[in-house]
Amino acid sequence: MALLNNIGALTQAFDQEMELDPRVVLYGEDAGFEGGVFRATKGLQEKYGKKRCFDTPLAEAGIVGSAIGMAIYGLKPVVEIQFSGFVLPAFNEIVAHAARYRNRTRGKYPLSMVIRMPYGGGIRALEHHSESIEALFAHIPGLKVVIPSTPYDTKGLMIAAIRDPDPVIFMEPKRIYRAFKQEVPEESYTVEIGKARIVQPGSDLTLVAWGAMVREAQKAIDLLADTEISVELIDLRTISPIDRDTLIQSVKKTGRFLVVHEAVSSFGPGAELISLITEEAFLSLEAPPTRLAGYDIPVPLPKGEHHFMITPKKIVSEIKRLIAY
Amino acid sequence: MLSKTYDPLKKKRLEILSPEGKVTKPNLMPKIELETIRKWYETMVFARVADQKALQYQRQGRMLTYAPSIGQEAASLGAVVATEERDWLVPAFRELAAWLHKGAPLEKLFLYWYGNEAGSLLPASVRMLPISVPIASQFTHAVGLGMAIRYEEKDEVVLAFCGDGGTSQGEFHEALNFAGVFQAPVIFVIQNNQFAISVSRRDQTRSETLAQKAVAYGIPGIQVDGNDLFAMVAATQEAVARARAGEGPTLIEAVTYRLGPHTTSDDPSIYRSDEEVEAWKEKDPILRLKRYLLSKKALSEEEDQQLYKDFEEEINVIFSQVESSESPDLEEVFSYTYDSLTPTLKKQLETAKQFLGGGE
Repeated sequence: MALLNNIGALTQAFDQEMELDPRVVLYGEDAGFEGGVFRATKGLQEKYGKKRCFDTPLAEAGIVGSAIGMAIYGLKPVVEIQFSGFVLPAFNEIVAHAARYRNRTRGKYPLSMVIRMPYGGGIRALEHHSESIEALFAHIPGLKVVIPSTPYDTKGLMIAAIRDPDPVIFMEPKRIYRAFKQEVPEESYTVEIGKARIVQPGSDLTLVAWGAMVREAQKAIDLLADTEISVELIDLRTISPIDRDTLIQSVKKTGRFLVVHEAVSSFGPGAELISLITEEAFLSLEAPPTRLAGYDIPVPLPKGEHHFMITPKKIVSEIKRLIAY
Repeated sequence: MLSKTYDPLKKKRLEILSPEGKVTKPNLMPKIELETIRKWYETMVFARVADQKALQYQRQGRMLTYAPSIGQEAASLGAVVATEERDWLVPAFRELAAWLHKGAPLEKLFLYWYGNEAGSLLPASVRMLPISVPIASQFTHAVGLGMAIRYEEKDEVVLAFCGDGGTSQGEFHEALNFAGVFQAPVIFVIQNNQFAISVSRRDQTRSETLAQKAVAYGIPGIQVDGNDLFAMVAATQEAVARARAGEGPTLIEAVTYRLGPHTTSDDPSIYRSDEEVEAWKEKDPILRLKRYLLSKKALSEEEDQQLYKDFEEEINVIFSQVESSESPDLEEVFSYTYDSLTPTLKKQLETAKQFLGGGE
């Protein structure tokens, strides 16, 4: 066991998979020599050489498209998009090819590859650096979308993503890259993609969050400590495919459902989850299934960002409203 | 080095076989057995007849939209014959002669245009990627294959195609730049057939040639008469040798002409003149090679006519198999999105089965 933050957990996952499997290659803008702007790949070029961990020209479609070619050949590319706001030029490659290649070749060339990117707000960043666009990927059949919230899950989910037979979009909540540390086993392990985690069981309301919002949700629950309200907190961990059973079972027990996400509200992941709950647990509901999400605006620059951010206080207010409904 | 002699910036174009079927540059003529040339000719004729038949089937309502390669047989075949079985072919969607040479069965190709995805599964031994409809997006995959070949230290190269319209796409440029930086063993062939649907080559780019775009990426580029099989073979052979020697990618512009429509949904008569088309028919790659073979006594008029007859019969048989093929069942259309069905897909499949079972 070692105390690691999310960045350390990522680096350890890459290191162990590169050690284990010579087909794993890692690349992106500044991902080689410098180890990435967030240093997630730091030391790996030194250890494994430029052949397996390298810098590329500044071109996201080229990064993702070449990774598709590598995966067709049988390598396991793990490519870094510097910020999720810069992935858009690669969308053609992701949507038209990565997501469809298994289908387009009737299984002859499935793509085992990982496209990773930091996302989300709360780090006082410049324009285009704060959005949460997981719904854009989750809407595409053929992709898996994974978002960890703890160092333990970061390591286990990344190893699972690298070994996954399908292309995985791995979104890293950069706000909590270095926010806290956790004991992480030294040995290699996986966390199953497609399985949510019940962070804490409860009986009155199901609260679903992922990424940096899990911590905010926990803080909200702490604020409710002197009340009778018992909240079941679920860390979704995988946006697509959704862990339907865990969510449905939880709501059947609690009767109330609140999903919290930084992504803008309209057509967001919350809408999908609420549909699921409405279709599958309708008769158990004691209050309208609800989302607490980003407003439908570009994330404001730092001086105005606090208006946008989901805070523990906002979460508490929604929980109380739904309990009293 | 051909790519030095035929400098695209000096508007040079490699030509070996004249439209009259004469070898005008014997010193550049690739060394190929006459018998092999005859075999390649047959592949070109087979592709031509297959295209013509497909257009017919489509007009009869028996085929979906179809994109014929008529007039461009030498451009694609001349490139692919310079590669080996272990090499990779990355198609756009107008290289029928090359696909056939690579070992893609016509039945499979027709099945795809017929609207049955079973046609997308090519034999395991055929190193060919699927037809790529989003223009030039496949060039980046070719680079990735090339990077992987270097990574695994294999003696293989990648042959990739796009059209003149493709040279305007961002991925075309990203791919060429990546290939240059990583010295990927890729031969990029632009089939400049003068039109991207209705937009002419001169409205596509201010560049005088498409081959000169290579200069910006620090890689060799050469413009070739794409209706001249021998010139295509010579240029590609040199590019392949360079790629195998670890000297990186090459860009080849094959100057050709799409004698048919973009697809069966297109009416080319509204954007180009009959005179223009007629002039290009005189430069037809098949006519040109036929004249060469006749002059070498490697083909007679009678044999040629017989070829067309035989191929037409063969292709009719193949298409009747396509028409009697089974459409995919419900489970199959769900089967290839993920390695295994997600919980949501399982649920959707269940619902779909209920509909099949008479539900509403």
